[in-house]
Amino acid sequence: MKSKLFLVFALVTLGLLSWGLYEALIGAPTEATMGPVQRIFYYHVPCAWVMEMAIGLNFIASIIFLIKRDLLWDAFAVAAAEVGVVFCSIVLLTGPIWGKPVWGIWWTWDARLTSTLVLWLIYVSYLLLRKYSIGGPNPVLAASLAIFGCIDAVFVFMAIRWFRTQHPQPVFGGGANSGIDPRMLHAFLVNMAAFTMLGILLIWVRYVLERVKQKVEEAHAMKALAGTGVRAR
Amino acid sequence: MKFLYAAYLITWAVIIIYILTMLHGFQKVSQEMRDLER
Repeated sequence: MKSKLFLVFALVTLGLLSWGLYEALIGAPTEATMGPVQRIFYYHVPCAWVMEMAIGLNFIASIIFLIKRDLLWDAFAVAAAEVGVVFCSIVLLTGPIWGKPVWGIWWTWDARLTSTLVLWLIYVSYLLLRKYSIGGPNPVLAASLAIFGCIDAVFVFMAIRWFRTQHPQPVFGGGANSGIDPRMLHAFLVNMAAFTMLGILLIWVRYVLERVKQKVEEAHAMKALAGTGVRAR
Repeated sequence: MKFLYAAYLITWAVIIIYILTMLHGFQKVSQEMRDLER
């Protein structure tokens, strides 16, 4: 049942991604000032949204893990954090590719760009902390770090509202002059749906992998205990 | 156009590399499981 659901979900995601690619490259009209390079927006913004979503899920899972101490939530937290880092990397790579032809520079230390880089560094540290701290309460430490990371994620989202930045002001919900052409909006929404589903799919697969890893580690520990003659409760 | 294609290619490259890394993770874990069963 689960594998059937997964297959349907994966196929719908693939279909939406193909449709989104078509809409982004062919369906949407070319923007008058920036030209074709504006089409990066159809990938850049959905990826930023998936990043925020994954970090939000990581935050919720970390809080529940700290309360319940159930490894299931830890697995969910690490899955969400990893997917968050992947999409944050895409955002940090595609942003400068848009910035160079439009601004004339690859990078500037404004509030949005800098806080996104800091967010990436926080979550890379989170993953390194989990991977390389031997023994000890590393999931607890990582969950605590995730809470700080989430504060920065809120800052990343609000930075263009709180400060005057080189980064464009909000395209949606940014006041009377915000908004885009309906055909552009259509391409944007298809890609938002496609990337949201891709994000959920990747978190789902990574979660399953983490649960299997936890079970293998548990089996290793049981075997070691059996080898030393210590009986597990 | 080269900037546009570069951005799209990089996006897909990162996602595909991540998917391949996960598949490698599954392979590694199932090998470990087999070793444990032996």
